[in-house]
Amino acid sequence: MTPVRKKRLWLILALVLGVGVSAALVLQAFNQNMMFYYSPKDIKAGQAPANHDFRVGGLVVAGTVKRDPSSLDVHFDVTDLTETVTVKYTGILPDLFREGQGIIARGRLLPDGVVEAAEVLAKHDENYMPPEVADSLPHKPAEEAQ
Amino acid sequence: MLKYFVPLGAFLLLVALLAVGLKLDPREVPSPFIGKPAPAIEAVQLDAAAGTFSSTSLKGKVWLLNVWASWCGECQREHPVLTELVQGQNLTAVGLNYKDAASDANRWLAQFGNPFTSIVADPQGKVGLDWGVYGTPETFIIDQQGIIRYKHIGPMSQKAVTEKILPLLAELRNGGKP
Amino acid sequence: MIPEIGHFALIMALVVSVVLTVLPLLGATFSNERWVALAKPAARMQLLFMLLAYGCLTYAFITFDFSVRYVASTSHSSLPLLYRISGVWGAHEGSLLLWALILSLWMGAVTVFSRSIPRVMLARVLGVMGFVAVGFLLFLLVTSNPFERLIPAPADGRSLNPLLQDPGLAIHPPMLYMGYVGFSVAFAFAVAAMLGGKLDAAWTRWVRPWTNIAWMFLTLGIALGSWWAYYELGWGGWWFWDPVENASLMPWLVGTALIHSLAVSEKRGAFKAWTVLLAVFAFSLSLLGTFLVRSGVLTSVHAFASDPGRGLFILLFLATVVGLSLTLYAFRADRFKSDVSFQLFSRETGLLLNNVILVVMTATVLLGTLYPLVLDALGVGKLSVGPPYFNSVMVPLGIPLVIVMGLGVLLRWKRDSISRLGTDLALLVIIAVGVGLLFSLLLHYDWEGYDWEGMAAIGLIMAVWIAVTTLFWVWKQKRTASVWGAALAHAGMAIMIIGISLTSLYSSEKDIRLSAGQQYQLAGYDFQFQGVKKVSDVSYDAYQGIVDISRNGQPVSHLEPQKRVYRVQTMPMTEAGIDAGLFRDLFVALGEPLEGDAWSLRVYHKPFIRWIWLGAILMAVGGILAAGDRRYRLKVEGRSHA
Repeated sequence: MTPVRKKRLWLILALVLGVGVSAALVLQAFNQNMMFYYSPKDIKAGQAPANHDFRVGGLVVAGTVKRDPSSLDVHFDVTDLTETVTVKYTGILPDLFREGQGIIARGRLLPDGVVEAAEVLAKHDENYMPPEVADSLPHKPAEEAQ
Repeated sequence: MLKYFVPLGAFLLLVALLAVGLKLDPREVPSPFIGKPAPAIEAVQLDAAAGTFSSTSLKGKVWLLNVWASWCGECQREHPVLTELVQGQNLTAVGLNYKDAASDANRWLAQFGNPFTSIVADPQGKVGLDWGVYGTPETFIIDQQGIIRYKHIGPMSQKAVTEKILPLLAELRNGGKP
Repeated sequence: MIPEIGHFALIMALVVSVVLTVLPLLGATFSNERWVALAKPAARMQLLFMLLAYGCLTYAFITFDFSVRYVASTSHSSLPLLYRISGVWGAHEGSLLLWALILSLWMGAVTVFSRSIPRVMLARVLGVMGFVAVGFLLFLLVTSNPFERLIPAPADGRSLNPLLQDPGLAIHPPMLYMGYVGFSVAFAFAVAAMLGGKLDAAWTRWVRPWTNIAWMFLTLGIALGSWWAYYELGWGGWWFWDPVENASLMPWLVGTALIHSLAVSEKRGAFKAWTVLLAVFAFSLSLLGTFLVRSGVLTSVHAFASDPGRGLFILLFLATVVGLSLTLYAFRADRFKSDVSFQLFSRETGLLLNNVILVVMTATVLLGTLYPLVLDALGVGKLSVGPPYFNSVMVPLGIPLVIVMGLGVLLRWKRDSISRLGTDLALLVIIAVGVGLLFSLLLHYDWEGYDWEGMAAIGLIMAVWIAVTTLFWVWKQKRTASVWGAALAHAGMAIMIIGISLTSLYSSEKDIRLSAGQQYQLAGYDFQFQGVKKVSDVSYDAYQGIVDISRNGQPVSHLEPQKRVYRVQTMPMTEAGIDAGLFRDLFVALGEPLEGDAWSLRVYHKPFIRWIWLGAILMAVGGILAAGDRRYRLKVEGRSHA
């Protein structure tokens, strides 16, 4: 092998190694940060993971939004029109959060079946709700998440 | 050289993926309400003088429920289609004025025309929740027995009217025979 | 009448674009001088028609012509003049028209600054851009005609989305589009080079200024979008890894790679095929961004009315444009083989690493953005990839990028040796580590009393590393405009890194509940809530909170955050109160009324956040400075070759 070739080989090896390492990095980060979406029915059926963040969406049931008078805790029920789950959140709800409105909450499941949300999102668009919510309302079967 | 084809191959894969993605229309969702009895409506009308509206009065009739609001741009877009359908078919059309202020709704009707036989006011969205309304506009067709037979999410297109709604109406009026 | 003229002008623009695509490209292939000569006048005529069409729509907006459907759905009689002008691009149809107009403006610019370019090359470049214009004009006319009438005309319009009634957002889309569409020039040059089968140093000197200017606009556009999201959405963040944001970041990353790879192609005649590929990718990703935003295949917090029919059109268009150019690439790329070699330890290697890292970054963003779509398409399930993914990937990729950034400018072209660099390199590394550490300790002990964070120290070391290597490079160089430009852009990156690391690590935020008269302390600042009053403006009613901020008893600021309800759309909006400063922002957003006179409030202390946008502005200035280098304006001798 000529010296030039040898150096080129090193360069290519280094590049392949670098790209390989970053690909591994990416995939690992990916696996840790994927968040599946579950409808209230999935959660009632016990499909939601117990120790991993996920997203839940549905319509906010009218009359269930309850604020704790002395703190920023708020409870409300979310329904896919089949099942209902209670969501607990501490903080300020988004501008477009209203009863009857479709929302998505990100959080984890507590042992008592309540979802403790770290974040609540309502879509900017008034005319439509997030596609995930729209999809899950008339529940699609066979949406298995491994 | 073969390696120069790699970008093209990768791109074609991406296009195929995006094409499949496009087909997944988030609005194309079968409603769990289809084939089920329509939830009863007992509510005030937009025109307060007309008293309460009760859906039992429509028993034995084929009727249409259209969910709309003055703040909804897509409703404005479907309005001509809806008006033509209602007038052309001489259909009983009930409007569900969803989460709207009465004054805005009346101004909207004065501006674009009122195709509805009666209009239910639903400022809190309570009736909408009973009916599983996701957003505006939505349209339901209810048969003589009070069963929901069809639901359209989003603005009605001329295509949906000619391909789905008109055949359904003909079938219903023909006593269930297509 | 005026809207019909606009519609007609749009049709004429389409006709001219077809001519512009077909004749000059054929003329260039079959050496028909007269057809080749058509390119310039046709491009200018196309621009004229586009200006006319755009003017007509603007006129309809200014005069409240609600008989035009688009005006009726995006304007309102209460809108002030500024938002009637910016309302033109406030929704789908108009922003596409703006897109097409900007494409024509770039074509017009190419015809003006083309004295040194051979006519056949120019004909090909304009022909390719004309082809892109045909696609967009067809798209406009077939699926999204902004001049469509609404009969009978409504008495008033539906008004502009309140989120868009803001000066920052008024100029955000034009900037972003100038960047997106600007990459079409580099793209057209790349396709023209492939058609001609020849790519030399002169070619790179034509392409470089165009790429720089497009990149500058894109940088500013993204920065403006980030700034707008920060103060207008009331969330206090500056980047959310939202699909729409990612769609603009991807062309930026590839564009940055392209700028650097062009440097190698110009100076060394290497990386030619790669440069062409990057030019194709930069514009393809711009088109992909348009597809993602306009088709609604991805869920985004940005509310754009989406339509699968329109999505299909853009997808077909994307497939045609990118598919054709990549096919051309597959057959022609081997003509651009490099005729030079370089040693492992050389600036070429540095820039190669820069390109590899930037492309890997783009790929990770693309993966995170499209993966939810893949799973959905396969019917596996619905998921989203959150910001933690992007953060945990971009940081470890960013660190080697920054190291290479500093090394690259130190290295010589073709071959270099550690022994030559030895002392200087060691010195620079010591300065970077020393000064970076010192700053991080100062932040901890002497100044703000932040906790000492390893990542903050690393961020500061990185920033100082870029700064000192850049200074060293400028000191040793013949200081041309492009050297100054590159130095400024690198310095901008250093400043942005400081902003990003310190904001991410030292921000504090809290949702709190305060009654009138109560106060809360955050990061040493006392936020005193004085209550809420009602205020009104032309288009909205609002609750306005009054918050006085003091520090150690000294008044610092008085903020009036608002909770607005826009009357026409009955849409609530949070307008944050911000006390901006070079070293920290104080940010208060009004939540909702609670019992009695209590309200929920969100308060933030954001150190160094302005440095992020400051850095972006510096980068943009660097981009434009480098584009103005004298050597790009020199006439190329011997224009006989094509």
